[in-house]
Amino acid sequence: MTISIDPQKTNNESLQPKGWLRYFSFSLDHKVIGIQYLVCGFLFYLIGGTLASAIRIELASPMSDFMPRDVYNQVLTLHGTIMIFLWIVPVVNGAFGNYLIPFYVGARDMAFPRLNAVAFWLIPPSGLMLVASYFVEGAAQAGWTAYPPLSITTPQSGQIIWILSVLLLGGSSIFGGINFIATIIKLRRPGLKLMQLPMYCWAMLGTSLLVVLSTPVLAGTLILLSFDIIANTGFFNPVLGGNVVVYQHLFWFYSHPAVYIMVLPAFGLVSEILPVHARKPLFGYTTMVFSIMGIVVLGLVVWAHHMFTSGTPPWMRLFFTIATAFIAVPTGIKFFNWVATLWGGKISINSAMLFSCGFIINFVFGGITGVALAQVPFDIHVHDTYFVVAHFHYIVYGGTVFIIFSSIYHWFPKVTGKMLNEKLGILHFIITFIGFNLCFAPQHWLGLNGMPRRVAEYDPQFQFVNQISSLGALLMAISTIPFLINVFLSVRNGKEAGDNPWNALTPEWLTSSPPPVENWEGEAPLVEEPYGYGKEISERK
Amino acid sequence: MLNKNIYLILIISLVFAISFWIGFNVNLLPAEASINAPIYDELFKILFIIGLIIFIGMTIAVIYSLFKFRKRNDQIGDGIALEGNLSLEIVWTIIPSIIVLLIGLYSYNIYDRMGGMKELNHNHEMMSSNTEKIWAGISQTSDTEIAINNLSIEVSAMQFAFLFNYPKGNFISGELHVPVDQKVSMKMESKDVIHAFWVPEFRIKQDIIPGQPTILNFTPTKVGKYPIICAELCGPYHGGMRASIIVEEESDYKEWFNKNKKPEVNL
Repeated sequence: MTISIDPQKTNNESLQPKGWLRYFSFSLDHKVIGIQYLVCGFLFYLIGGTLASAIRIELASPMSDFMPRDVYNQVLTLHGTIMIFLWIVPVVNGAFGNYLIPFYVGARDMAFPRLNAVAFWLIPPSGLMLVASYFVEGAAQAGWTAYPPLSITTPQSGQIIWILSVLLLGGSSIFGGINFIATIIKLRRPGLKLMQLPMYCWAMLGTSLLVVLSTPVLAGTLILLSFDIIANTGFFNPVLGGNVVVYQHLFWFYSHPAVYIMVLPAFGLVSEILPVHARKPLFGYTTMVFSIMGIVVLGLVVWAHHMFTSGTPPWMRLFFTIATAFIAVPTGIKFFNWVATLWGGKISINSAMLFSCGFIINFVFGGITGVALAQVPFDIHVHDTYFVVAHFHYIVYGGTVFIIFSSIYHWFPKVTGKMLNEKLGILHFIITFIGFNLCFAPQHWLGLNGMPRRVAEYDPQFQFVNQISSLGALLMAISTIPFLINVFLSVRNGKEAGDNPWNALTPEWLTSSPPPVENWEGEAPLVEEPYGYGKEISERK
Repeated sequence: MLNKNIYLILIISLVFAISFWIGFNVNLLPAEASINAPIYDELFKILFIIGLIIFIGMTIAVIYSLFKFRKRNDQIGDGIALEGNLSLEIVWTIIPSIIVLLIGLYSYNIYDRMGGMKELNHNHEMMSSNTEKIWAGISQTSDTEIAINNLSIEVSAMQFAFLFNYPKGNFISGELHVPVDQKVSMKMESKDVIHAFWVPEFRIKQDIIPGQPTILNFTPTKVGKYPIICAELCGPYHGGMRASIIVEEESDYKEWFNKNKKPEVNL
């Protein structure tokens, strides 16, 4: 009768541990796996954040005096790799995707529960391996981009472990992507049309397409790079006739779409959060869907804008400038639509709403510097400087990480049945927002005026501005304290949430909080209007 | 209704006025010391102003919505059931498209004025001996002009230094000396890993790639000493990989050149 029979059978309850122990088990429950992704990602976020603090301590003075220079390069490499592959990608895709997508399509689990568990359990060992490589011969130190020939000439063990770890994480990401596509296309509840799905499903469909299309290219590239390192081949090694620029093309063919793999799910999540707390339908559903798909298509053909100074032919520079700048159009539509969603609503000013609005402001700023960076003549001056560092932190931290926090405030009652404390939440938002902008806004000026990225030492004229930036980083580190206190206190003694504390209409709220093992006691409800706010119940379809 | 529109027009004009004022009065860039720099700064100013208008406008819209449409304590129920507005959505698709297209065309024009669209692969003096393909950075000159001026310098980069070879004088220098207001052409090659040649005051940057020479041409316009910075991660001492470019009057440059010049070795 329903197409979700298979997952039901595989999810043999009697074999699964109960209570908190199930989070350490090979559980097949999509909700358990979602939380495993989230908590595991957050632990790596704390490690990556500690490394970021070490970078900002080093940069508080112009001399290289806090740690040895090669250790500094290892720290910045690990910081980038951990934040991208172990925090943002697994959390916005794996954690929220696994938790929410089966609810949104009306299924009892993901399409392939075992593949799902494998995808998660690849992450902790590869993450630990990556961190542990520091204790072998030192971690990789060629940056998260691992450009040859630097990555070929630095100590080998660290670089090889880095490659192995990123390959495993890429594999995990592909498994997840296949699973999401299959679940969204095939496991939809009977009667539920594609254009009735909550926006996060569309975002995950687009993201998963990008994952499946581009991650294999990264995997192939890294395997060739590892051959160059251990087997003395010459794919990218100029000494043996290899071409270093080819690596950059292949690497960025994945790594630019990776930016959309990190932000598209956040676009989906914010589209779920804003309508609930503004009590208004999502503005322009159809244009939102088309702009997601537009971003997916354009995102695949813009990679060479990372290589404007590498020496590319002029016509190629021109094409990638125009293609990159045009991504601003579908992205802009989404932002205008979100503001229009707020307009005329009855907005609850709470932590989830504040983090979402902080996201809009930060991301618009990062998007504007992004359009500027797309212009070849502009990029040539600021490429590989702190301007770029500032730009992408506005996108991935000011954008995606703000949405991760917003989502945690929004779905915490769903997962635990308890509310998070609002006062601590708003305090968390204020410190994060001020700290973030204090840390990264001044870095635009540093880049424009002559400070390159990935340096342990710099011209003393930049000391004062760097210290402001480090102060911001300190505030960002402090901001996790109220958040952690809030989570630990609320899990134990938080206010009871009830099943649907926000009066939301999306399907995950139409069951108990926390939900039962197979999501609904009876049959999954048919939600044709997930954003039907402002209508009488009788008017809703 | 009329009142509302007047407020809207007032706010929009204010946003424009503030953005233009900041754009013209706040300088975020270092000194201009090459022909490229003022062209670059013109582009920067325009992008800065457009960016400010959008950013300030969006921020005001978000904060105003949060304030104006916040839920009061006595309110229950939902906002209006507005699911979209097709004409509005078309407007904010078309206007950004036009802006983005105009910016793209304008930056293409800027790039062309910087010399970025010139072919550098043919008849270059330094590579007449071989036919290897040179991928170009920014050019500020055509090849015939280079042949007349003959100010060609070969740059080699290695961990963690730049060396400047003056073929005409048969000597190598650790400092780059160039005369003011003259076109300079550099052929750059790396001995080990990828480096980059960046002079912030000139607004130019080009990667220096092992196994594949790159070319960078520029014309300094202001006498002085400027930093040359490696901008591509190249190893532990990357942050310390710097050199200086000294732009001097032609007579000073000649004096320095003749002092360092070595006679040709007769074999």
